[in-house]
Amino acid sequence: MSTNKFSNPVVRWIDHRLPIFSFMDHELNEYPTPKNLNYFWNFGSLAGISLVIMIVTGIVLAMSYTPHVDHAFQSVERIMRDVNHGWLIRYIHMNGASFFFIVVFIHIFRGLYYGSYKAPRELLWILGVLILLLMMATAFMGYVLPWGQMSFWGATVITNLFSAIPLVGDSIVTMLWGGFSVDNPTLNRFFALHYLMPFLIVGVVILHLVALHRFGSNNPIGIDPSGPQDTVPFHPYYTIKDFFGLSVFLSLFAAAIFFFPNFMGHPDNYIPANPMQTPAHIVPEWYFLPFYAILRAVPDKLGGVLAMFGAIAVLFILPWLDRSPIRSGNFRPIFRIFFWVFAADCVALGYLGGMPAEGIYVVLSRVATAWYFLHFLVILPLLSVIETPKPLPQSLSKSVLGGTAMVGAASAVKEKI
Amino acid sequence: MVKKNTVKKESNEEQRGRRDFIVVASYAMAGIGAAAVAWPLIDQMNPAADTLALASIEVDISKIEVGQAITVKWRGKPVFIKHRTEDEINSAQSVELSQLKDPQADVERVINPQFLVMVGVCTHLGCVPLGQKTGEIRGEYDGWFCPCHGSHYDSSGRIRKGPAPLNLEIPPYQFASNSLIKIG
Ligand code: HEM
Ligand code: FES
Repeated sequence: MSTNKFSNPVVRWIDHRLPIFSFMDHELNEYPTPKNLNYFWNFGSLAGISLVIMIVTGIVLAMSYTPHVDHAFQSVERIMRDVNHGWLIRYIHMNGASFFFIVVFIHIFRGLYYGSYKAPRELLWILGVLILLLMMATAFMGYVLPWGQMSFWGATVITNLFSAIPLVGDSIVTMLWGGFSVDNPTLNRFFALHYLMPFLIVGVVILHLVALHRFGSNNPIGIDPSGPQDTVPFHPYYTIKDFFGLSVFLSLFAAAIFFFPNFMGHPDNYIPANPMQTPAHIVPEWYFLPFYAILRAVPDKLGGVLAMFGAIAVLFILPWLDRSPIRSGNFRPIFRIFFWVFAADCVALGYLGGMPAEGIYVVLSRVATAWYFLHFLVILPLLSVIETPKPLPQSLSKSVLGGTAMVGAASAVKEKI
Repeated sequence: MVKKNTVKKESNEEQRGRRDFIVVASYAMAGIGAAAVAWPLIDQMNPAADTLALASIEVDISKIEVGQAITVKWRGKPVFIKHRTEDEINSAQSVELSQLKDPQADVERVINPQFLVMVGVCTHLGCVPLGQKTGEIRGEYDGWFCPCHGSHYDSSGRIRKGPAPLNLEIPPYQFASNSLIKIG
């Protein structure tokens, strides 16, 4: 570790004792990154920034929020009407949750298509699935806090899922509630946990990044960089690209906040919680709909709950279900078709989760649910054996520049900067 | 960097100047953006509209006997309303301004000399001075005494001795009628 890498003597003094600057230089500046990453690789940094946005706006909301059944709804309305810029801060937090999920879903599907879960990135993938689970728990508990009708009945339905567990189910639900129904003790602990969990997510994100930097990013071709000619330093190449992506993301985010702040929400949540009356049609937030569809597709209480959690559990073992050594879907003609069918299946599940549980919707939900599991448990293992992949390029540079003719030009570009 | 040198050195430097300009301009834009985002997050800590709306109260003073004082709450703080005796008024009015740490004549501190209305918060570090109830210590100047660090206030609520720098504050108020005052 060279200590005279930095010209500022204060930085040098600190870095000699606490090599934080060397660390940042190594991981954020010179960090070698495949030079062929496409825009799907922007979504990791976007997810990180979304998390920061949620934490900052959340802490600020908590300064004016009251976690008590008699005051919670009013305190949120007070944030909307009386607190300086409160409407803005709340709309950022509310829509921020949706945008966070959009970003993370794209991030996950990127991994699914390009085989980013395969060796040696299995733990990186598993940590990511863990983040998804923690996010879901956080968002669910956050949605309870404004104590509207959807908050209350969402909390009731979701906590009741645990009553499906044989023998101890009811005791677990009573413990979650701190009483015999969703009530003030429930709201209090949900607030405490909603405040805590994002910081747990930060912890897992750090582990996720440590695992990422061990082997570096995967790339659209899915073969490892064979040397420095296949990579570029993270800064300025990907910092600039990430910033550009961020500005596009923030523009869309701002458009939602300022022009359609309630588009992704449900109007019934502006009715104060009433434990005596359930709304006619209750649905979770949109990002839970695919899982909700799977829950309802199974005509058995325990079975439905198991299927729903199973839908995430299969993601944990995915690296061992898909045994094909080829990472990128670009070189797997059959996998590629099934990937898109699977993506469509997930969208269909999302749609079906928002429809009433009757008639044709039930049938379609069952088909879509069956396909979801079929994809992971049968199709992927089978494809690993029977599919003949297309020939892989010899190196990243070759695939980017289309042959040796261009190598000279490429080094000229590198020299220039 | 140096390819076939068709580009003159001069225009190279010119280009660098333009590039610097773009960099500085981008940083400046980012800075302005960051400040614009930070402001709502900070300003939300200031009093909200409903808090500001609670800013005035009315008090009936007809029941306060001569020599008696009451304490009412205004914006979360105690306000002292004292119906002063002749003696207290006289002694407050006869003090030489030169003897005062924060010189102010008694007439500037009252609307009706019989009623002294002031915020009961010590100007040192915010404790509530004693002297409102009979039997409480009233300090060396027969007014109020702050027990926290020993500030003595006179019968006009002016600081006479101790660490407090200023007289007790007079809130904005009016007499709505002879027996009703509106504070705030
Ligand atoms: C992973 C990050 C987070 C997610 C996904 C998330 C999600 C949510 C959601 C979906 C809501 C309901 C929005 C509504 O309809 O009003 C909410 C509300 C809330 N959240 Fe978060 N949140 C996160 C982080 C935080 C943090 C760190 C805090 C800090 C204490 C916080 C404090 C609050 C408060 C006070 C509310 C209630 C006010 C409101 O409803 O707008 N959140 N959150
Ligand atoms: S606060 Fe009154 S004397 Fe210090």
